[in-house]
Amino acid sequence: MLLIACPFCGPRPELEFSCGGQAHIARPGPPEAVSDAEWAQYLFYRDNPKGLARERWRHGGGCGQWFNAVRDTLTHDFKAVYPMGAPAPETG
Amino acid sequence: MARLPTGGRIDRTRPLRFTFDGRAYSGFAGDTLASALLANDVMLLGRSVKYHRPRGLVGAFDDEPNAILQVGTGRHADPNAKATRQDLYEGLEARPVNCWPSLRWDFGAVADRLSRILSAGFYYKTFMGFPGWPFYERLIRRAAGLGRLANAADDDLYLKRYAFCDVLVVGAGPAGLAAARAAAATGARVMLMDDQTEPGGSLLWDAATVDGQPGDVWAAQTATALAASGVVVLPRTSVLAYYDHDFLLAVERLADHEPPAQRAGKARQRVWQVRAKRVVLATGAMERPLPFPDNDRPGIMLASAARQFTVRYAAAPGRCGVLFTNNDSAYAAAQDLLTAGIRIAAVVDVRPAPGPAARALEAKGIRCLTGTAIVATQGRHRVKGVRVRPLAGGAEETIACDFVAMSGGWSPTAHLFSQSGGRLRWDDLLQGFRPDVSVQNERSVGAANGCFDLAAALREGHAAGSGDTPITLAAPQAIPQPPPAPPLPFWVTPQVKGRQWIDFQSDVTHKDVAQAASENMVSVEHLKRYTTTGMSSDQGKTSNVNALGLLGQVTGRPPGAVGTTRFRPPYVPVAMGALAAEAVGDLYAPRRTVPAHGVHRDLGAVFDDFGGWQRPDYYQRASESRDAAATREHSAVRTAVGLFESSPIGKIAVEGRDAGLFLQRLYANDILKLKDGQIRYGLMLNENGIIIDDGVCVRLAADRFLVSPTSGATPRILAWMEEWRQCEYPELDVEIFDLTTAWAAFAIAGPRARDTLRAAGTDIDLETAAFPHMTARHGQVAGVRARVMRVSFSGELQYEVQVPASEGASVWGALMAAGQAYGITPVGLEAWLRLRLEKGYVHVGSDTDGTSSPDDIGFGPALARKADDFVGRRSLTRPAMVAPDRFQLVGLRAGGAAPLPIGGCLHAGPSFAPPMALEGRVTSSCFSPVLNAPVALGLVRGGRARMGETLCVYHAGTTLQATICAPVFYDPSGERLRA
Amino acid sequence: MQHYSVASLLRRAVDPVASWPAMWRTPEPQAQYDVVIVGAGGHGLATAYYLATEHGITNVAVIEKGWLGGGNSGRNTTIVRSNYLFPESAHLYDFALKRYEGLSQDLNYNVMLSQRGVAMLAHSRHDMESCTHWANAMRLNGIDSDILSAGDVKRLIPFIDDSATARYPVHGGFIQRRGGVARHDAVAWGYARGADRRGVDILQNCEVTGFLRGPTGAVTGVETTRGAIRAKQVALTAAGNTSVLATMAGFRLPLQSYALQAMVSEPVKPFFDTVAISLATGLYLSQSDKGELVFGAGLDLYHSYAQRGNYPVTERVMASAVAMFPALSRLKLLRQWAGLVDVSPDSSPILGPSPVEGLFLNCGWGTGGFKAIPVGGYMLAWQLATGAPHPIAAPFGLDRFSTAALVDEAAAAGIPH
Repeated sequence: MLLIACPFCGPRPELEFSCGGQAHIARPGPPEAVSDAEWAQYLFYRDNPKGLARERWRHGGGCGQWFNAVRDTLTHDFKAVYPMGAPAPETG
Repeated sequence: MARLPTGGRIDRTRPLRFTFDGRAYSGFAGDTLASALLANDVMLLGRSVKYHRPRGLVGAFDDEPNAILQVGTGRHADPNAKATRQDLYEGLEARPVNCWPSLRWDFGAVADRLSRILSAGFYYKTFMGFPGWPFYERLIRRAAGLGRLANAADDDLYLKRYAFCDVLVVGAGPAGLAAARAAAATGARVMLMDDQTEPGGSLLWDAATVDGQPGDVWAAQTATALAASGVVVLPRTSVLAYYDHDFLLAVERLADHEPPAQRAGKARQRVWQVRAKRVVLATGAMERPLPFPDNDRPGIMLASAARQFTVRYAAAPGRCGVLFTNNDSAYAAAQDLLTAGIRIAAVVDVRPAPGPAARALEAKGIRCLTGTAIVATQGRHRVKGVRVRPLAGGAEETIACDFVAMSGGWSPTAHLFSQSGGRLRWDDLLQGFRPDVSVQNERSVGAANGCFDLAAALREGHAAGSGDTPITLAAPQAIPQPPPAPPLPFWVTPQVKGRQWIDFQSDVTHKDVAQAASENMVSVEHLKRYTTTGMSSDQGKTSNVNALGLLGQVTGRPPGAVGTTRFRPPYVPVAMGALAAEAVGDLYAPRRTVPAHGVHRDLGAVFDDFGGWQRPDYYQRASESRDAAATREHSAVRTAVGLFESSPIGKIAVEGRDAGLFLQRLYANDILKLKDGQIRYGLMLNENGIIIDDGVCVRLAADRFLVSPTSGATPRILAWMEEWRQCEYPELDVEIFDLTTAWAAFAIAGPRARDTLRAAGTDIDLETAAFPHMTARHGQVAGVRARVMRVSFSGELQYEVQVPASEGASVWGALMAAGQAYGITPVGLEAWLRLRLEKGYVHVGSDTDGTSSPDDIGFGPALARKADDFVGRRSLTRPAMVAPDRFQLVGLRAGGAAPLPIGGCLHAGPSFAPPMALEGRVTSSCFSPVLNAPVALGLVRGGRARMGETLCVYHAGTTLQATICAPVFYDPSGERLRA
Repeated sequence: MQHYSVASLLRRAVDPVASWPAMWRTPEPQAQYDVVIVGAGGHGLATAYYLATEHGITNVAVIEKGWLGGGNSGRNTTIVRSNYLFPESAHLYDFALKRYEGLSQDLNYNVMLSQRGVAMLAHSRHDMESCTHWANAMRLNGIDSDILSAGDVKRLIPFIDDSATARYPVHGGFIQRRGGVARHDAVAWGYARGADRRGVDILQNCEVTGFLRGPTGAVTGVETTRGAIRAKQVALTAAGNTSVLATMAGFRLPLQSYALQAMVSEPVKPFFDTVAISLATGLYLSQSDKGELVFGAGLDLYHSYAQRGNYPVTERVMASAVAMFPALSRLKLLRQWAGLVDVSPDSSPILGPSPVEGLFLNCGWGTGGFKAIPVGGYMLAWQLATGAPHPIAAPFGLDRFSTAALVDEAAAAGIPH
C-alpha cells in the first residue's frame, strides 16, 4: 500500500488514488493536421520506463484533484509531486 | 509419563480435555496442541505428502512441517491447523489428515516403496502414453491435499483495523522488548506485535538473567509496563507481510484459543494494516535440521523444539535422547533436558573439536562423540535408536534412544526483511543468511540480525528502538557470553545409504537435490520448482537453507553464490476470511437503493442489480411471469400511462462561463447551439473514437448545464469530465458537481402522461406550445419544487420529473394517485428497455460495446456536420473506423413468432458449418405487444447496406431466421412523443 | 539425449549409480548466430524450438538475464483456453490450445495438460447475455463452448453461493471444456530441453545491454554482459521488459508494464475440479493437483517493474473469493506473488517486425501469455524463417494502432482478458 503525498491533502494511502498514466502528453491538433501515425503515438505509445516515470494521479478519495508525480516504477518511491501545468522537476 | 512432574509455563490447576484421532487425552491450560500431544506420549501425528511416511513433531512453532491437523468440525473446522500454533482448549477435536485407512496403517505408504521411481520430477517424465494424463491425474488428485474444507459458510466474524505508529516492533523477545522500551522512552507512538501467547520469545525457554531478574519475569514486567505507558502490545499477532512504504499487515488471533461455544459474539481474528514511520524487526531465528539417513522418523526433532517442549511446556520429548549437532546450541539444550531429568545417551557432534560447551557436558558424565555422525536410524512410528560412525571412518555403534534432538545451525528469520525489498547476505561465521542492505526504514535486531548473544541483542534492540533520539534510559543488561565455537557446514552426511530429508512435508531428500543438480537445475529457483522443496505449507522454514547449502556443495559453489529465493507474503498462512474482513456479503459491494425503494417493494417489485443499483426489474402481480409482467407494463405505457423511477440516471451540473465550450469539446454533438431550456441527446467518445456514454444534456442557463449520463456510467463519466477539465483544459472557467443522488427522478410516460402530471398539481404549462419536446422547465409538482424535462426514452409523450431525493417517495405516491384515473402502472426496467427497443433507441452497453463508433449506430452524418473538434474526433477518420464492413446497428425481424435470442450470432448459412464468418449478433430483443410480433436490434457487418437480407441466427445449437430492417419499429416519425 | 518414459524411470530405480543427464547444456556464447532471441521464457524457448523443428534453423541462441522460465512462465495461474470472441483471437489462441493438446508427446515432457474446462460465470442478466453471445460466437469460430444454466454452474462448482441473497447471484455462464490448466514450469522446461537437444544455445545469466547496429541502422546483434553476439535477426520475447529493450533500440511501443498478482492457498482435499472466471469480480481460480487453490485477478493499479504485488489487490481478490465461495473463508492463503506483464492498448499481442530492421517482436500478451506460448513461439519462428507473418499472426502487427484495426476482446466482452 503506497503512501502518496497529495499536494493538497498530504500523505494518504494508495486506496484513495488512481493513476492516470504518463504525464506531459501534448494533445496534437487540429485534427486535419495530424497523421494517423502521429495520432497513434498520442493515443497509444508510452515511455513505460523502468525507473523514474512522470505520471498523473488523481486523489479521487479525497480532494478530487489531479496532480503530477515522479515515481520510480521499480521501487514505487515517489520522488516528487507537483501541480498540473507545472514543468516536471529535475530529479536524479 | 512424558509430562514432567514440575516446571513449565502451564497451569496445572486447569486441565483441559481434548481428542486426537478419536482418542481422549488431557492437557493443561498453557499447552499448545503439540505440547499436549507430546505430554501424552503421542509421537505419530501425521503422514508426509508424497511418501506417506510416519511423522511427528520437528519444530515447536511456525517452523513445524509435519503436525498439520484437522481441528474442529463443521463451520468451525480448520482444515490445516498447525499443532504447534494451536492453543489447547477444552473439548478440542483434532484429527490427522492425509492418511487412509488410519494414521498407523496408511495405504498411501506404498509410495515410499516406490520412491526410487518417484524421484524428483518423475511426473514430467512419464504418464504421457496410454491411457493418457487425464487418467493418471484423477489418481494423483485423489491423493492431493491435506485437510478437508467443509462446504459451509463461515459464520465467524473477522475485523480490520488501520493503525499508524512511529515505531512498529515485530517480536517481543529480548531484542524486541528492548527496542519497544527504548522507542517508548523517546515519546514515540509504539506498537509491539508478537505471535506467541505471551511475551519473552527465547526467554520463555532459554533461562537468562536480564537486569538482575529471571528473563521471563523481566519480559512479562517489561511488556506490562509498556502497555501501561501507552504502547500497543498485541500478543497472538503474526506480522504477515511487509509492503511498500513501511506498510505492514498482521493478523491478531482473538478467539482461536477458545472453545467454539465460547466464541459466540466475538470476532475470531482481526487484521491490522499498519503504517509505521520506523520498523524494528526482532523476529528471532529458526533452527535447521541436520541431514542424515531417515532423519524424518517421529521423535527426531530440532534441539530447540525439544528444549522448548521441555522447559516451556513441561512436555518431555522422550525418556532418553541423542543430540546431533554441528554447533554449540545443542549443548545448551542438552543441559536443559538433563535438568528436567531426561536422559541423554550421547551428544553426536560432526565437528572434530567442539570446545568448552562439550567439555562442560562431559563433566556431567554425558558421552560426547566428536567428528561423528548419525548414519542410520531405527524405529517405525517412533525412533528407537541411531547408528553412529566417525566421519573419518571407523566402527559403527548403535545407541538406543526414544528421541533425537538435532541442530544444523540457525537462520535469522529474515522473511519480513526480504519482503521489504532488502537483500540477504551469506555469513560464513553464522552459516546463515542475514539482512544486508536495507531498502525501507527498518532495522533488524537480535537473532533476526544474526546476533545470538543476549547482552548484545538487548543492546542492538535498545539502539534500534531509540533511533536517532538520545534517551537517558539505559539498555537492559545481561551477562555477556563468550562466543560459541563456530558451526561446521554439514549439508549432507557422506558415505551412507538411505535418504536424508531436506524438506519434510514435501518429501524432498538429498537425492532429489543431487538429481536436480545432475539435470542442470542449478539455480535456486529451478531447484525449488523442480524438487518442490520449500513449496509446502511451511514455505521452507526448515528446508530452504539446507536445500541450497546442499545444492551449493553438489555444484561446487558456496551457499552465498547459490543465493536465496525472495520470501513471499504471508509469513504464515492466514485465513482468507480474515483478509476479506468485513468486506463480505453485501458489504463486499454495497447495494444502492433508489429514493422510493420501499414503495416499489410494497408494489411487488422484483429487484435486480443494475450497475450497482437495486432497481425494479418488473412489478409482479399474483403469479405473473416476468415476461407477462413486462408485457403488461409495456402495454400500459403505449395505451395509458406508466410511472418509472429513473433516479439513478446521472445528474452532473456543469457550470461556469466556459461550460458550453467545455461540453462542446467533450460531446461529439453540437452543444453550443443549445438555447436556454433546450435539451439535446449526445454521445461521448473516448479519444479512440469509441462511444463511452450517451444521454441528454440540458442547458439550464447560458452558463449552466445539466448532463445525464447513463446510471451505471455516471461515476466514470464524472471522473472523465474532471480529468479533461483539470488536465487538458485548466484555462476554462468550468466547475463540475455530481448531483445524481440529490435528486429523485420519475418518468411519466404514455398518452395520459400530461393528464397525470396535471392532476398531480403543477404550475408549469404542460401544453406542447409552451413546453415542447426536448425542453426543460422549473416549477412545482405535487407541492414540491421540481425540474421537469420533456424527453422520451419510451417513444411516448413523457415527462421526467426531478425532485429533491428526500421528497422522492412522497412524490412517487402523489403521481401514482394522480394517475389512478388514467390507469397508471408502475413500470420496471425490463418493460422500459422494451419500450425503447421498439423505438430503436440504443442502450449503450447492450447495443454497443467497446468497439462501437458513432457511425456504427447511425450518428455519423450528424457528427460530421459539427465544425469544432471534440474528444475522439480525429480517431473517426482512421481506415478501420470508416471501413464498410463494420458492425452497424440495424433492426431485425424474426422469422418466427418467438423473440430472437439475445446473444444469438448471425451467419449467412444456409447450414451451420463452423468455422464460418460472423455476420453479427442480436443485441436486444423482445415481443412487441403493439406490433404483435417479435422485434430486435442487432449489430450486423455492413448492416445498413443489407436491408431486407435474411440471415441465420445461431443460438446454443438451434438456428432461427432474421431479416435486416431499419432499427425503428414504432412511430418512426416521432408524432407520439411530440404530442 | 535421454528419452523420458516409464522404462527410463525404472532403469534408474534399479541402477542408483546411473544419473539423469542434464536437461539442457550450459554453453558458452558463440560470436554469431543466425537468430538471437532475447528472453528465455516460454515464448522465447518455443520460438527456438519451432525454428529448429519447423524450419531447420538451429544456429540460434536464447539469451536470458536470469534463469530460463523464471519470469511470467513460472508466475502465472497456468490457465489455458481459447474462449475468445473475435475470429482473429479465436484462431490465434485455439492454435495454441491445439498445440498444447499434443505438447507432452511433441516435447517428450509431460506438461500435464488438464482439460477440466474453463467456466465463465455470469452474475447478472447482462452478464448472461454477454456469455450467450460469447458462447455462440465461439461455436461459429469452430471452438467448443456450452452455455451453462445456474443449475449447471452449481453442479460444476458445489461451493459457489447460489442463494438468492448472494451478493453475486449465479445466473449461469458458459464453459469451454477443452480449456483447463497445464503445469507452467514444465512448458518452459520442455521447450528448453527440446530446443537444446536440437542445438539451440540457451544462455542464462546473460543480460542484453545494447544492440549492435549496421550501417543502415539495422540491428545486427546484441551487446550482453557476456560480450557482443552478432546475429542475422534478433527477436524480443521479454514480456514486461520489452519496453526497456525497445528503448535501448531507440523506439517506443504501445505497452505498459504492470504487476499481475497470483496467489495460492494451503493444500486441501480436491473439491474444485474446473477453472472458474467471474465476470463481475474479475476473479479466476482453480485447484491444483497438489490441492492448492490458485487465484488471480486484475492488475495492480499503476504501472510497475517490481515483481511483487501490493496489498489492495490481494485484499480485493480474497474478498471476491469469499463473496462468491463463502466456505473459502476458513481456507488459508499460503503465498502471493506477481509477474511483470506488458499490456497493449487492446490487450492483444504485438507480433511481427519492429520499427527497426532486423528486430522482431513478440510482446503485449498482457495477462494471457502463458496460454499462448505455443502460438507465440510458432508465429515468431514463422516470421523469422519466412520473412513474412503467418496468416494467423497477420492481424496482430504494430500497424493496427495507426489503422485502428484493434482486436479489443476486453472492450467487446467487458472481461478480464
